[in-house]
Amino acid sequence: MTEAGSPNGSGGPAFVHVRGVSKWFGSLQVLKGIDLDIPEHNVVCLIGASGSGKSTLLRCLNLLERVEEGEIVVDGQPLTDGKVDVNALRKKIGIVFQAYNLFPHMTVLQNVTLAPRKALGVQRDRSEEYARALLRRIGLEEKADEYPDRLSGGQQQRVAIVRALAMGPKLMLLDEITSALDPQLVSDVLSLVRELAESGMTMIVATHEMGFAREVADKVCFLDAGRILEEGAPAQIFSNPREPRTREFLSRVLEAEKAEGLG
Amino acid sequence: MHALHQVLHQFFNPHTFTLAMPDVWAGFQINLKIMVIAEALVLVLALALAIVRGLPGPAAKPLRVLAIAYTDFFRGTPIIIVAFFIGFGLPGLQLGFISNLSIITYGVIVLTLVYTAYVGEVYRAGIESVHASQRAAARSLGLTYMQAMRYVVVPQAVRRVIPPLLNDFIGLQKDTALVSVIGVAEAAALAQQFSTKNGDFVSYLVAACFFILITIPLARFTDHLVAQREARERAQAF
Repeated sequence: MTEAGSPNGSGGPAFVHVRGVSKWFGSLQVLKGIDLDIPEHNVVCLIGASGSGKSTLLRCLNLLERVEEGEIVVDGQPLTDGKVDVNALRKKIGIVFQAYNLFPHMTVLQNVTLAPRKALGVQRDRSEEYARALLRRIGLEEKADEYPDRLSGGQQQRVAIVRALAMGPKLMLLDEITSALDPQLVSDVLSLVRELAESGMTMIVATHEMGFAREVADKVCFLDAGRILEEGAPAQIFSNPREPRTREFLSRVLEAEKAEGLG
Repeated sequence: MHALHQVLHQFFNPHTFTLAMPDVWAGFQINLKIMVIAEALVLVLALALAIVRGLPGPAAKPLRVLAIAYTDFFRGTPIIIVAFFIGFGLPGLQLGFISNLSIITYGVIVLTLVYTAYVGEVYRAGIESVHASQRAAARSLGLTYMQAMRYVVVPQAVRRVIPPLLNDFIGLQKDTALVSVIGVAEAAALAQQFSTKNGDFVSYLVAACFFILITIPLARFTDHLVAQREARERAQAF
């Protein structure tokens, strides 16, 4: 662990430090020199059209995708120097996916306790106790012994968040976690994320929920074709975007939301 | 009328049927023994083969190549030829313990070698059918590759492949009769002896009945599992 090497405050490297990160799928370049700095306890929202690189960037931060060029440092630990212990690193960085990806052959409780027990070596009793406490916090304690297919999408996604939290991560990556949900299930998930933000969790959130981004984010980044085209405080990005592409994107999203509201 | 009488007498004579039963049953016990041991070995070895074949990274390439070569060889070679190789070849080598095993053990080895190749492919199909996002979720939680396989991928894969796997086991059960070619005194071989001695073919019917009797429960059990899974998938669709 690198507690000593994780300077806070101004001057030192940020908690999450991304420099010149590029990524190709075959001949298609999906990330084009991403730079991003995030202080600890901050929430950064990534917005942008599908295919703009938001998910890929998050997957690179968890080394689910190999970074071909550039540098990523999280909590003082370089991810991209080739010598990193991927498994150790992932224990500190939780990721939640759009499709929940709960393990269908395990109960909710087993889903939440698997990684703490097997990757951290926590005793079964202790990990179950902690898992139940987390489930209680999100009001799903009575679902502990159910299988995921008995839960609604919103419940499954909240379990997926708790599953990541059970590892005690210092950074959470949320990849469009409400995109697969029915509209009436979105708010439960978002309020859990809001709670996390208030508790000081450092988060990078790829989202299409502009209202949520505006409310929770310390910084919003607009991605376009693999680049961060514009970044700034939410108020600035949403009220007064500098780039024409950002304006265009936001007005399209706004129209879509209006259309949805009418329908 | 005479022809019909001939057929009944040669194939279906109840008296001869009863006479042949003890002989053929004695042989069939050997079939049972071979199938149970071979099936247990195949279950484990085939899974190992499938996992080795799926190992990632350039370092594991020699292992992957070996696994593919193994599968190609034993899936492509007729069982009877593998039986000659093992049953006559290994004792002929005079390699100490390997050359002094019982003939039944050679029979078990033959079926295990061949069916591990088949069932390995069944497991592999199952492993590949588990969506990559499951593995990504497991790895993202800090589990190692092998932990992700053990706790997340393989349990789901095995559940999915139980019906085709049991189907292969029905094949294995019948193929225990093939190892008679290396001199195992199993049901088919003893039925043949009885047939020669008695001058009719009723003993083959006895042997066939034994094989069918143990296959039917397995076949129905397989059907049941398939139906159960379909019902579950229909329920999920709603």
